[in-house]
Amino acid sequence: MRSLLKLSPLMVVLLLAIGCEGALNNPYVQGDNTQKVIYSSFSERPKHLDPAKSYSSNEYAIIGQVYESLFQYHYLKKPYQLEPLLASQMPTLAYFNANGERLADDVDASKIAFTDYLITIKSGVKFQPHPSFKLARHDILPSDWDERSIYDLPVATRLLTADDFIYQIKRLADPASQSPIAGLMANHIVGFSEFSAQQSALLREQPELSKVQRLQNRPISGINKLNEQQFSIRIKGKYPQFINWLAMPFFAPMPWEADAFYANPRLIKKNITLDWFPVGTGAFYLQENDPNRRMVLVKNPHFHPDYYPSEADSKLCEHGLLDDAGKRLPLSDKVIFSLEKETIPYWNKFLQGYYDGSGISSDSFDQAVSFTSAGEFGLTDNMLQRKIGLQTAVTTSSYYLGFNMLDKVVGGSSERSRKLRQAISIAVDYEEYISIFLNGRGVAAQSIIPPGIFGHQRHEAGLNPVVYEWDTTPVRRSLDEAKDLLTQAGYPNGVDAQGGKPLVLYFDTMDSGPDSKARLNWLRKQFNKINIQLVVRGTDYNRFQEKMRQGHAQMFMWGWNADYPDPENFLFLLYGKNAKAVHGGENAANYQNAEFDVLFEQMSSMDNTQQREAIIHQMVSIARQDAPWLWGFHPKAFSLHHHWYKNVNPNLMANNKTKYINIDAKQRAQYQQQWNKPVFWPLFMIALLVLVMLIPAYRIYQRLEQAKAYD
Amino acid sequence: MINYIIRRLLYVLPVLVGVNILTFVLFFVVNTPDDMARMQLGDKYVSQAAVDNWKQQRGYDLPLLWNEQAEGFQRLEKTIFFKKSVGLFMFDLGISDNGRDIVADISQRMWPSLAIAIPSLIIGVLVNITFALLLIFYRRSYLEFAGLFSCIALMSISGLFYIIAGQYFIGKLLALTPISGYAPGIDAFKFIVLPVMIGVIGGLGSGVRWYRSLFLEEASKDYVRTAKAKGLSELQVLFKHVLKNAMIPILTGVVVILPLLFMGSLITESFFGIPGLGSYTIDAIASQDFAIVRSMVFLGSFLYIIGLLLTDISYTLVDPRVRLN
Repeated sequence: MRSLLKLSPLMVVLLLAIGCEGALNNPYVQGDNTQKVIYSSFSERPKHLDPAKSYSSNEYAIIGQVYESLFQYHYLKKPYQLEPLLASQMPTLAYFNANGERLADDVDASKIAFTDYLITIKSGVKFQPHPSFKLARHDILPSDWDERSIYDLPVATRLLTADDFIYQIKRLADPASQSPIAGLMANHIVGFSEFSAQQSALLREQPELSKVQRLQNRPISGINKLNEQQFSIRIKGKYPQFINWLAMPFFAPMPWEADAFYANPRLIKKNITLDWFPVGTGAFYLQENDPNRRMVLVKNPHFHPDYYPSEADSKLCEHGLLDDAGKRLPLSDKVIFSLEKETIPYWNKFLQGYYDGSGISSDSFDQAVSFTSAGEFGLTDNMLQRKIGLQTAVTTSSYYLGFNMLDKVVGGSSERSRKLRQAISIAVDYEEYISIFLNGRGVAAQSIIPPGIFGHQRHEAGLNPVVYEWDTTPVRRSLDEAKDLLTQAGYPNGVDAQGGKPLVLYFDTMDSGPDSKARLNWLRKQFNKINIQLVVRGTDYNRFQEKMRQGHAQMFMWGWNADYPDPENFLFLLYGKNAKAVHGGENAANYQNAEFDVLFEQMSSMDNTQQREAIIHQMVSIARQDAPWLWGFHPKAFSLHHHWYKNVNPNLMANNKTKYINIDAKQRAQYQQQWNKPVFWPLFMIALLVLVMLIPAYRIYQRLEQAKAYD
Repeated sequence: MINYIIRRLLYVLPVLVGVNILTFVLFFVVNTPDDMARMQLGDKYVSQAAVDNWKQQRGYDLPLLWNEQAEGFQRLEKTIFFKKSVGLFMFDLGISDNGRDIVADISQRMWPSLAIAIPSLIIGVLVNITFALLLIFYRRSYLEFAGLFSCIALMSISGLFYIIAGQYFIGKLLALTPISGYAPGIDAFKFIVLPVMIGVIGGLGSGVRWYRSLFLEEASKDYVRTAKAKGLSELQVLFKHVLKNAMIPILTGVVVILPLLFMGSLITESFFGIPGLGSYTIDAIASQDFAIVRSMVFLGSFLYIIGLLLTDISYTLVDPRVRLN
């Protein structure tokens, strides 16, 4: 037995573990497995958890649960609908002209110089327990603190006030915060840019001032505190989308004590900063943050009364999404996010029941999803046996191929270039792209506006007539039509009629590697269908961005993820004053159309009325004819979840979804046990095999030891 | 020997200066400070003012190597190169461009890397040496042929395959260890069993063949014949005399990598969810974080030189004929 154990140290461990309770392969250190813990994952460490800086979905998955904004998107209603969260009601709006005179509510937007948002916050809301409320006024941390967790320090809380919102808006304007939306907000909030300039000067001239002193000693002229529960924000002109920004974590309240506490050099030296250890009023607080291993959210004991919604779209009611209606939130006690960089172990652990939900990578797509002969998708038998559920949702994103409208060949507003772009739009078959490269997980775009956004049209009304015909479903126009357009553009059979040279176009990309090679080959073939030669110019990230900034790329692939569910957040990508090469904005195609721009300016300051919808349709129609983009596709998100993971709703705008999730932990524990029974017999077989092999080895050993020199 | 060590340590300085200049030039040939700022600030709504603000706050608003605007020594001093390099030579690695203390990051992440690397190295070396000596012992028998065939087979398989197959069979089918994950302290044990085992098995083929070639050379020397003639058993000869005399090449391979063990393994840590340093430098290159790149290259070079020095010193311990002077 001793020699056997020497052969396999693993076996020693395993034999010792036989007597232990629970599955041996459980990746969580055993605790009470009936506790309502959500097990989730993250694939890369978040860059920032400071709401002034944070601006990506993986960061929002954490801070959306810790910080709360004034408003939130209703969890179960579509189209997306804002409702008060930390605000006690929706804001009261007041319009003023340039002289400061109050205007009527229905006044024409062009006459409005300023809009005041009067905001009343809920009373009795408290921050999470945090040491900053106890120690912020003292520079010295307890000497016996072992620096492992800030929650080992004495903690306290305090009531939320209007000052906390104002302080955060100042943080957005502070150049030291480097908020990504500082430039954008400077265009809207009155006094924002002036405050920012003051802070720059203070940073330069009085570096000894602490951040809290700097920010608290100066006001922003457009922000007024009325009392502890009320404040107002004055913005320039009329900008109805501003309320969507107020629903984002950028505007979550920040206690000044947090900045004061984290300014302690001892904490900075240990990388304990506000950027990593948030302080909010949300349903959870971040108790543990090791972004290389795991992050743990724990139920906030001071969370204000908040209840699961009692209303939902009728479709959602059928899916049992109102079973917990009226229950106090959050419905779970804890969330453990584990770092899982690779998709294969992540997928296997999901199948073992150690993750409650999972996306579907292309590696595991065939294991999870099957297609019927009619092309409809469903779960495979293996998934159904495990009672795994599938949810799909078309995301509010667009991935497109853009033409640089400043380019001499493909750009400009001439009939020649427009027809060339239209011909290419028909030739590049995005349905095929979705089928080959996305396993069908996408919807070919008919316009710039994705489904679920105001102004999006479905069926025949939403058809892009430049590229498609209607025959109960959209049917891509034929290649003959594309070739006709190409001929009309002056390139019969792909040859320039004037110069007699073949038409060669250039596609700039930063894609590299085997996966992208297949995609680029596919793209070349699409252009080849109408006899256009496509040259792919591969480059690195920096040079690609530089080319885009300078307007040197001819064609490129780009994408946009909605900040908020308003068509303005997509249509502004084609607004002339946002042209990237000219004004440094987000209009990467540098598209400029005077009529479109006028309509954009009109539409962007309107509420969602029929009139606004008509303008949007007009803008979409102009853009379709000009074809500055191949409209590409809107990705469809597929997600799987175990049956014990309840109330999952693909609300793509809500950042604070975790508080609605309910877990049947007992059921999970049973299934984990059932699916992860250790199997020992192969080890014994290996040990036996080794023993058998030792016999001839021993015989040879004996023979060698007894051999004589002269043999 | 003291003189030798001091002399070798003095050589370190010009080597590190050279490495630092090379890192700086290579990094800034590919990335400009503007590129770095844009990478850190993200893709949306980034204005030139925000880029300038980022550079100014992190000291990247200075010229790279030579400041024409300054006077005298300040022409050299008021440059990105000077400001970012001086601290390194005092082992002040500073703050990453993402705002984190680099020393704190390294000291936190090195332990999980060591938890995998040290047992993998020790067990790997012991197993490799044992199998290599056994192959010598059984030489010219079918067991040697089977062993060498197995080594070639093990070498022919990709390291990634061992990881995926190990996770699948041990973690998923047999459900004996977690597929991935990590916990600090004693709880780390169940998480490191599988990666260590895979690390040892993955390195077995090449390791055994390498050590076997060393031992074969030793086994043909006169003292081995003498030992046998004096009546020592084959096993005694191999494990006592041959092994001891083959220690110099073994130490050359092992001691030099000891200081670098904490740097971790990119693929192993990535697949097993080990929160080590394996991906620290690669991630920094991808995110254009110069502060981390220069620190890790500097540290890597320094430790490699220390490793070489330790190797030289270890020779004197195992071979009394070696004198360092």
